[in-house]
Amino acid sequence: MSTLVLLTITGLGLGAMYFLVASGLSLIYGLMGVLNFAHGALITVGAYAAWWIGEQVGGGFGTRLLVGGALGIVVGAAVAALIELVLVRPLYRRPVEQVLVTVGLALALGALVQGIWGADPKPILLPDWMFDTTTVLGANVPNDRFVEIGIAAAVLVGLTAFLRYTRFGLVIRAGVENRAMVTALGIDVRRAFTIVFALGGALAALAGVLSGVYFGVVDPARGTSLLIFAFIVVVIGGFGSIGGSAVAAVAVALIQQYANFYASSGIGDLAVVMLLAAVLLVRPGGLAPKVAH
Amino acid sequence: MRRALGIGVPVGVLLVLAVVPELGLDIPLLFNGPLDSPGTLQLLALCLLFAGIALSYDLLFGVTGLLSFGHALYVAVGVYVTAIALTRWEWGLVPTLAFVAVVGLALPLVLGAVSLRVGGIAFAMVTLAFAQAGTVLVQKNPYGWTGGEEGTGLNYEEIPDGFVGVLNTKNLYWLALAYVVLVFVVVRLAVGSSAGHVWRAIRENEPRVEVLGLNPVPFKLIAFVLASFLAVLGGIVWLLLIGGATPEVTTANFTLALLVMVVLGGAGTRSGAMLGGFLYTLLDQRLGSLAGSSEVQGLPDVLRVPLSEPLFLLGALFIALVFFVPGGLASLPLRLRGLRPKREPLPEKAAA
Repeated sequence: MSTLVLLTITGLGLGAMYFLVASGLSLIYGLMGVLNFAHGALITVGAYAAWWIGEQVGGGFGTRLLVGGALGIVVGAAVAALIELVLVRPLYRRPVEQVLVTVGLALALGALVQGIWGADPKPILLPDWMFDTTTVLGANVPNDRFVEIGIAAAVLVGLTAFLRYTRFGLVIRAGVENRAMVTALGIDVRRAFTIVFALGGALAALAGVLSGVYFGVVDPARGTSLLIFAFIVVVIGGFGSIGGSAVAAVAVALIQQYANFYASSGIGDLAVVMLLAAVLLVRPGGLAPKVAH
Repeated sequence: MRRALGIGVPVGVLLVLAVVPELGLDIPLLFNGPLDSPGTLQLLALCLLFAGIALSYDLLFGVTGLLSFGHALYVAVGVYVTAIALTRWEWGLVPTLAFVAVVGLALPLVLGAVSLRVGGIAFAMVTLAFAQAGTVLVQKNPYGWTGGEEGTGLNYEEIPDGFVGVLNTKNLYWLALAYVVLVFVVVRLAVGSSAGHVWRAIRENEPRVEVLGLNPVPFKLIAFVLASFLAVLGGIVWLLLIGGATPEVTTANFTLALLVMVVLGGAGTRSGAMLGGFLYTLLDQRLGSLAGSSEVQGLPDVLRVPLSEPLFLLGALFIALVFFVPGGLASLPLRLRGLRPKREPLPEKAAA
């Protein structure tokens, strides 16, 4: 029983990261029709920015993580906004070329990070209380898992509220549903593009920081591996759906954890791909309809 | 006249490439040794091999408009299944090749049928996921077959003597050349066939194909299986050329590199895709040695770090090409003459 509880909470921690990456991808795709392949590079950039800034700030481990993490998110948002303005916007209405540019960026940014900081993982220093465990139903769960889950839950609530109650949220939701109509009504959707891209970048960077907390290290390959599972989450959850992303992220992460533990390491990753195939066979459009909600 | 040129140019290029191993020419900057040295021949063979694999990918992306991120999986099937059957199971060459051929047809048939249930970008993501399953399997090293991170060596007992040893690099070069020729001929015949017309129609406008009363899915599946099978063959050549299986062929970056090659040369044009594969591989290798050169190592960090990463330079070059030369290198001759190339637009329907 205690093993199951531990696996579930650890799985939710992993699902938190999948959700953060997938929700940004999903919104960007839903609104703009751009598959942002550079999203993995943004995860890596955010994680490394947080680590590097933490090193420069010094001081206690908690301060380093907090300041580094906050500024890392800002860096992620800024890089994403820059990418949208300089590279993606000029190729508006040429979706495949937009994907190609983000593919080139993914290769170039990943190589650049590796060139600057090397291929070896860098340790993220964590405050002691994160290593302590809390007993939940007889299982000793490391505290950092609750941090990841709490942050992702807050993001889910915040994002849903942003989409539902703000003017920009309204424009984004309307844009996902029918971009042509929103433009025809005289609203400049392109401003929403930059905001959604920056938001996605910030969420990716946040996922990068949390992956540093979860795994204890940042390394150049983490972004790509998170990205692939986030893609699976997006396809299963349905494009443009935040709620769908959240449900799919939890399902994918839990299946992965259980199968990796109870069957054998690596089986979980295969099980997730099988789940994707099964969903495609039954419901090719994903689990949720294409509406931002 | 045009028709004579159309056949004359490939045959001429082929003849020049075929006699390369007999030439003792020394091309200083581009290659380390004379053309007939084993090191240079190995590099050239690798370039030719990638020209062929890139052309097989172009059949999917450039001709049919299917953006697949999982082509690496089929190259990896050719590499790993052959290596495992020969080395771990100690099969003979003929049963091994027969088995690889069966797997190389059956696997893309099944996976293609599933992934073609979705179109556009979702198709790209699903093929990526299947390729990732391949990566995981190789890393997991079931029964010690794949060798995990280390990869697996090749049992040379069953390999014909002509392909073994440094002195026979010449023969491996010709094998790679034969592979390119095979892919070229197959792709040319396939694109010229009636299925080929439907492929191009699907790329241009899939709903119209449906309105005309054709179901596009079987046609896309044929393209998928054919391209994948050609990639499997490329994997076998890769195995002989490198002398072992390494996990790099299973990675997502391997497929992305193929995509970059095709777009670099010019998607949808046979010569462009092959040129892209050849040049990318050459650049990748040569930029690696440029990074190690004393000139680059002496530069300040701001310049040294980006110049030491071939993938950074290639990625940046790729972005620049997408922006400024949308038709790829194949469109350059027309552009230089001031003509707008007959635009072969990249598939647009991914937005749908």
